[in-house]
Amino acid sequence: MAITLSASDSALAEAPRPARLTPPQVWGIVMLAPYILVFLAFVVYPVGYGLWLARDPASYVALYNDPIFARAAVNTLIFLLVGINLKMLIALFLSGFFVQQRGWIKWLSVIFILPWAVPSIPTILSVRFMLNPEWGVVNQLIFKFTGEDGPNWLNDPTVALGMAIGMHIWKSLPFWTLILMTGRLAISQDLFEAAEVDGATWMQKFRYITWPSMQTLYITCTLLSMIWTLGDFNSVYLLTGGGPADLTHVLSTLGIRYLRLDQLSLAMASIVCAMPLVLPLVYFMMKRLSR
Amino acid sequence: MKLPTLREVGTEARLLLIGIPVFIWTMIPIYHMFLFAISPKEDAFSGKLWPDHPTLHNFSIVFHQQHYFLRDFWIQFGNSVIIAVAVGALTLIIATCAAYAISRLRVPGSRIVMNLALFTYFIPAAFLAVPMYRTMGKYGLLNNDWSLILAMVTIASPYAIWVLKQASDKLPVELDEAAVMDGASPLQIFRLVYVPLMMPSLVAIGTYAVLLAWNEYLYAFLLLSNDKAITLPVALGNFLAADDSPWELLMTTGFIYALPPAAVYYAFKRYMVGGLTAGAVKS
Repeated sequence: MAITLSASDSALAEAPRPARLTPPQVWGIVMLAPYILVFLAFVVYPVGYGLWLARDPASYVALYNDPIFARAAVNTLIFLLVGINLKMLIALFLSGFFVQQRGWIKWLSVIFILPWAVPSIPTILSVRFMLNPEWGVVNQLIFKFTGEDGPNWLNDPTVALGMAIGMHIWKSLPFWTLILMTGRLAISQDLFEAAEVDGATWMQKFRYITWPSMQTLYITCTLLSMIWTLGDFNSVYLLTGGGPADLTHVLSTLGIRYLRLDQLSLAMASIVCAMPLVLPLVYFMMKRLSR
Repeated sequence: MKLPTLREVGTEARLLLIGIPVFIWTMIPIYHMFLFAISPKEDAFSGKLWPDHPTLHNFSIVFHQQHYFLRDFWIQFGNSVIIAVAVGALTLIIATCAAYAISRLRVPGSRIVMNLALFTYFIPAAFLAVPMYRTMGKYGLLNNDWSLILAMVTIASPYAIWVLKQASDKLPVELDEAAVMDGASPLQIFRLVYVPLMMPSLVAIGTYAVLLAWNEYLYAFLLLSNDKAITLPVALGNFLAADDSPWELLMTTGFIYALPPAAVYYAFKRYMVGGLTAGAVKS
């Protein structure tokens, strides 16, 4: 390791100690100790304990036979593939909208960030009430204009999952739009001016200037968003509660469901089953970020 | 003369065609919450887009705890504040020390610690919740503020350390070398050189940790259950337990709960955008 190279030479010369560590390094270990303690007590121990709980092959057999688990796995995949790609495409599009130089767009961008700035629980509950079949404002309006009763939105598993995905997009779209905006603003304006002179169309500018300089950022964002969405508990749990009939669970809410049913080894086993999905993404992100 | 203006109008119209739906989409859940908060009970369920008799009565009910669901409102509000502030302070102390040790003092093995921290950051918190719940039970911390504080510090510090390390790697090494020449000890450098220079990032990270703790639902709801120990979001979730829960009061409480983080966010936006988004996705 090249660490000794950087230790300041004067300190080494002045303090020839029997130990190999220089005084600054000793201080460093002392200052690193609080985090290491937190890490050991609240990451290493729980994870080790959880894996130990999930060691029994019988729990995996039980999971395999539980239709709710299969449904949750499919739901998670739909959530990731449809939800994330839709969200990132909209974010890519809107980032192009928000970099336009207009006074009102500047104001709109301040409002646009609101979903990200406010806590998710009240807004999710607000949407839940909106969709209430009897008193919710959506069905009230449907009744007012058509004279017919609106559908029972959250009672249909497909619609309910769609709503949960919508909720997730509503919450995190501003963040990704902001990130992609910084990517767009980093592109040199000269390129666009040159393209303008050459008479390039809007589509050509995107294809040959914007996309090539943003694709790395876009893919990194998509992967990061996938990891975070795997852990999105609130959008599903507070909107649908996993219902109707436990048909809209995703992997992150399923673990909690088993925990509440006091089936701890099943809860841990379901989390272990999510790892083949999580770990490759994590590995890839770590390689990207620790460069 | 006429053609360019026509084109400008066209561009503006197309921009508005995007802008207006974006505005409506963003505002609907928030406006709906606000509408309930200012509506008396009979107006709230009428499906109107503006109440006939807007009122602040709901706020007074919440502040005076005049409903069964709200009897511990101020205690729960206080819990949220205490936990958020404690998480912010502890995360700042732990992460700043760790980032200083990793980036400036070059402790052997610090790269491994950094990678482990990053790894924890990427594991979704919802997956850590189940084992964390059991562990807190073993430590005897369930239903104690400390369980949530420590859990949130565990979740907040990896990202905090990473952002602070990125920021401190940009500080010139010559500063440290000059201070060492003047006979400063590592602790003096930390206090007199490092922390003052890192201030903008520290503000961003402190805000990040406070907001993370204030907004947390899952961990709060697992680790705290006693009515006098829970935080506001858990109390909001508990409204759903009853079929006849007073929506207008729930939305009022939710509105009050959502205001402080929004205010903090907009107040520190300058730091948040510079300090966090740049660090969030380095490409």
